[in-house]
Amino acid sequence: MGRSLLFNLVQVAVVLLLAPLVEGILAKFEEMVQSKRGPSVFQVYRDIWKLLQKNETVSSHSSWVFRAAPYFAFSMPIFVALLIPVLTNYPLFFAFMGDMLAVGFLFALSGSLVTLAAVDTTNPYGSIGASRSRMVSFLAEPVFMMVFFTVSFVAGSTIPYIVQQSWAFSSQIFWGPSHILVVVAFLMLFLADENRIPVDNPHGNFELAMIGKSKYLEYSGRGAALIKWGGAMKFMVLAIVFCNVLVTPWGLASGKSFLDILTAIPFVFGKLFLFLLVLVAIETNLSKLRLFRINEFLGASFVVCLMAMVVSLMGI
Amino acid sequence: MTVPGSVQTLVGWDALASALFLLVSLAIVATRQMLATLRLFVIQSLLLAVSATAIGIGTHSVHLLVVAGIVIATKVISVPWVLKITVGGEIYGRREIDQALTIPTSLILAAGLVFFGFFISERLFLTISVPEFTILNLPVGIACVLLGMFTVTVRREAIAQLMGLLVMENAVFFAGAAIASHLPTLAEIAAAVDLPIMTLVFGLLIRQIHRKLGTTRVGELSALGER
Repeated sequence: MGRSLLFNLVQVAVVLLLAPLVEGILAKFEEMVQSKRGPSVFQVYRDIWKLLQKNETVSSHSSWVFRAAPYFAFSMPIFVALLIPVLTNYPLFFAFMGDMLAVGFLFALSGSLVTLAAVDTTNPYGSIGASRSRMVSFLAEPVFMMVFFTVSFVAGSTIPYIVQQSWAFSSQIFWGPSHILVVVAFLMLFLADENRIPVDNPHGNFELAMIGKSKYLEYSGRGAALIKWGGAMKFMVLAIVFCNVLVTPWGLASGKSFLDILTAIPFVFGKLFLFLLVLVAIETNLSKLRLFRINEFLGASFVVCLMAMVVSLMGI
Repeated sequence: MTVPGSVQTLVGWDALASALFLLVSLAIVATRQMLATLRLFVIQSLLLAVSATAIGIGTHSVHLLVVAGIVIATKVISVPWVLKITVGGEIYGRREIDQALTIPTSLILAAGLVFFGFFISERLFLTISVPEFTILNLPVGIACVLLGMFTVTVRREAIAQLMGLLVMENAVFFAGAAIASHLPTLAEIAAAVDLPIMTLVFGLLIRQIHRKLGTTRVGELSALGER
């Protein structure tokens, strides 16, 4: 019991401490592919540290929403990290506190608060970014639902740990068409939700073309640091859901000693590393879609997911 | 399903190939780029070859291995080559093709067609003897025949319509590989030789249309006019 709780907190610590590194590695890879030297992989840590040292400026016209949003953006990925299999194969202390719908709910809560905060300051770019990111997220919502329903229909449960086990121990399900279709749909959802390239350009500095980034333009100091760190954690958590639950549900700790947990960390990091390579390949090969073609992208992912549902219902 | 370990692996490969086959057919419905459509068709043909190889090893059928070879020779190599000779400028110029419907609408309709294809094929399962491959290939094949037909219907562009026909042809092979694994090789070769010739005829026709009208948008050829 006590050990289970401890391991759960270790999972949170791993996400908390390694998330900036994951983002740094992704940025470094992308720059290397584009024949540039790129920043150090530890640059995100430095940015967060620098921002934490600085003073925070908050507009006197803004309400409590603006001040509360960074804390939500920072804490929701931590809660999610309690619910998903980051390092272990077996359910930990908080595993049955919430299922995958709770994961979706927690992210939706922080997402909507950040959106409200962006509108709150009456910065015009904030409102543009807010309305655009709402557009993307309401198009992504049905896909999210369908992915979760399909996955939990196959596994017979909505708890991420149990889903992971049902994929990991049945090659029949693992190689089934519905699994592959779900993986593709979730990858497209991931790209949309994390504002990656076919949907949004995360490196762009032009406010009128931004979708995700323009929500944070008004933040400074500690607020900006928390949002940056929270964003990195959200990225890592979703990547872990993708790797550990859906694509490669192996290589997690099945023993209950500390050594098992510690040896699982490099395995999980290796899987994330491979996932980042795939992501770099996608991001460097595609170009950003025009805003009104995002619905085609997400519509395609919805249809793929619908197909996965039907395939699994037909028992193919 | 009690199958030996190695056959199970082959079923796994076949399942992977059929999932991607379906996905690629959907992508052909949804894509806007001409060149991307051709590339997706090549990928689809490779997946067909993978599936045929898996079934061929699984059911000890040499014919299917020959089919896989023929598929690679005709669809992966000769069809793109023939198209490049006849209508190269139209395909390799980077341009977008238009549709009678918007892409989300056509995707939803495509999803409906796939359901319909799965629904029909479920009735056919009762008469099948080798269930583990057929249960994958038959529904996906029938669904993709419908998707290919849909592509022919909604595209306003002659080359894209040709791609739809080729997708239908691929899908028929895909479904057929599982049902009739011992089809005579002669029939396979005949079907395979037909395909580049069909592509050639079609390509020449498209080139002629292009020469006369300066465009290959056959969707706009519905009205008579004097030039």
